[in-house]
Amino acid sequence: MSSRDHILEVIRKNQPKGLPLQEIAFSDGEPFDKISKFTTVLESIGGTVIPINEWGEVEAYLNQRFSTEKRWVNLVPELRNLAPLADFTEDPHLLENVMVAILPGHFGVAENGAVWITEELMGDRALPFICEHLALIIRAENIFPTLHDAYTHIDKSQYGFGTYIAGPSKTADIEQSLVLGAHGPKSLMLFLITET
Amino acid sequence: MDTETTILDRKTSSDHATLADKFNLDEPRVDWHDKTLWFIRKKRDKAASQLQEWEQLRAVASDIKNNVLANLHTYLLAFERNAQQHGITVHWASDAAEHNKIVHKIIEKTGIKQVVKSKSMLTEECHLNAYLKTQGIEVIDTDLGERIVQLAGEPPSHIVLPCIHWKKEEIGELFSHHLGTPEGNSDPQFLTAAARIHLRQHFMSSRLAITGVNFAVAETGEIVVCTNEGNADLGVQLADVHIACVGIEKIIPLRKHLGVFLRLLARSATGQPITTYSSHFQKPRKGQEMHIVLVDNGRSKRLGSADFRNALKCIRCGACMNTCPVYRRSGGHSYHYAIAGPIGAILAPGLDMKKHADLPFASTLCGSCSNVCPVKIDIHDQLYKWRQLLAQNRKVGITKRVAANTMAYILSHHTLYTFAGTAGRWLMKYVPFIISNRFNPWYKQREMPKPPEHSFARWYHQNRNFK
Repeated sequence: MSSRDHILEVIRKNQPKGLPLQEIAFSDGEPFDKISKFTTVLESIGGTVIPINEWGEVEAYLNQRFSTEKRWVNLVPELRNLAPLADFTEDPHLLENVMVAILPGHFGVAENGAVWITEELMGDRALPFICEHLALIIRAENIFPTLHDAYTHIDKSQYGFGTYIAGPSKTADIEQSLVLGAHGPKSLMLFLITET
Repeated sequence: MDTETTILDRKTSSDHATLADKFNLDEPRVDWHDKTLWFIRKKRDKAASQLQEWEQLRAVASDIKNNVLANLHTYLLAFERNAQQHGITVHWASDAAEHNKIVHKIIEKTGIKQVVKSKSMLTEECHLNAYLKTQGIEVIDTDLGERIVQLAGEPPSHIVLPCIHWKKEEIGELFSHHLGTPEGNSDPQFLTAAARIHLRQHFMSSRLAITGVNFAVAETGEIVVCTNEGNADLGVQLADVHIACVGIEKIIPLRKHLGVFLRLLARSATGQPITTYSSHFQKPRKGQEMHIVLVDNGRSKRLGSADFRNALKCIRCGACMNTCPVYRRSGGHSYHYAIAGPIGAILAPGLDMKKHADLPFASTLCGSCSNVCPVKIDIHDQLYKWRQLLAQNRKVGITKRVAANTMAYILSHHTLYTFAGTAGRWLMKYVPFIISNRFNPWYKQREMPKPPEHSFARWYHQNRNFK
């Protein structure tokens, strides 16, 4: 008997009788302001939230902070003037010198400051992790209160690869001292579109 | 420890009590360790108290996990089918040795000699690194804490915070030796930056990445891996081959259940609202090879035990360690098992009752572990049940056995009990050295209490009429 069949046979014999799955029903609790909650939480975990009314503000902010001499990679069609839309057919290792990556996210989650992004928005799966600084852009109306709402929205969609990103890469492994920029981006900028 | 009792009590020189004694030689360090972990426990409390539905979340998580245990057969088959449909190769391993061989075979086929690995307690449980080393393959642990203990030649002392027992000055010295950082620099910011440069080279050059798995979803065949550093993702997204190793108990039924578990995991572990990255791998990248190794290693057998199967609900958050008064003061290495603390103490004896017979006694049975567990495992009850089972199987030391049997006899004989009480009070009062000496393990590091004048029975009879 193969290991697979043996393991499954023992499990079938040993598993207890159980109750059926219950529906997950969480009351929304006290209603809260999703945008301010999202902002507070994301800033508390090391992210920077920049509310914007028009696309030009993204350009102004990034130009002020990063040298245009360095490599920028943009995947937001509305920001084509800032940096041309990147095209990915190459080896992900070649992204190592990316200073700033600018990516659209699907939505944000107020309770934990996370942004959901799937691979078709990343260009390359490695990009959000290998870049030195990451800029994400979402619309304020696309913020869900909790993760339950987020999964209701994601539902059964197929994505190959998707991830929640909540702030910059970080570690506190050395004596619990928080250090931003462990292996991935050293900073996370979240542009929140409130009006367009 | 050189007293007769301890020699009689301890079969090996490396049981929990002996190793804890060693850890306790440096008292200021123990205090520091204790306080650091309590600080994390308080962060967990704060995070939990901010969700008014916290207790409801725990109850739902526990129900889902109970449902998983009752339907594991169906869920595993569904997971396998769905993962295969997405182009993932699924392997099954009965035990640690088979797991290691499967992983080695995959690596061997590629000819790769150096691989990167993100945190996986399962591969610690299976001693994968050591095995691969004998096969000429070097594993680079990429979680900062894990890399630190790896460079030091140690196993992690905590499942979430692998080098929680290391001081920054010691890490500075370690890095100076291995990474060439300037001597005497122990600034966490600086050392982390040095590790970033060091490990980035390995991410860039390794074509194969091994990860653990936090959750495997039966409905979709996807796996979820959570990190703060981004090390799992950097490894996988730059590699040609991804091997994910997962214990069969990590299955959850539906994708939407991730909402429940991701809300609980990081809050319970470190008090964060969520880890920086919660990555959902459903299909390999175009051109990438992806393998999932499902590992049993005693889990299917445990499933048949009504007393101990609940331990399989564990999501490896480490909250039970941070809160445990024994763990905080004895250190993770005193448990001499890949998973330390209360949860390790109920998992380890299931694998080898003789080798880990000491662990269920490394507890005060205060129950704090069960109170913080996000999936409501009855940890302290299981510790107690293991003690009973160990005693029945004569796996406890002679002193403990004789003492417990004597106590049982005295407590069940009224006259003898009354006499023993009188005798005990007299002895403690007039010849205290009979009790307060090095042969009495209860006297160790403790003052014995002052004996009461009378028994409780006498006090009760005298006072019952005074209302």
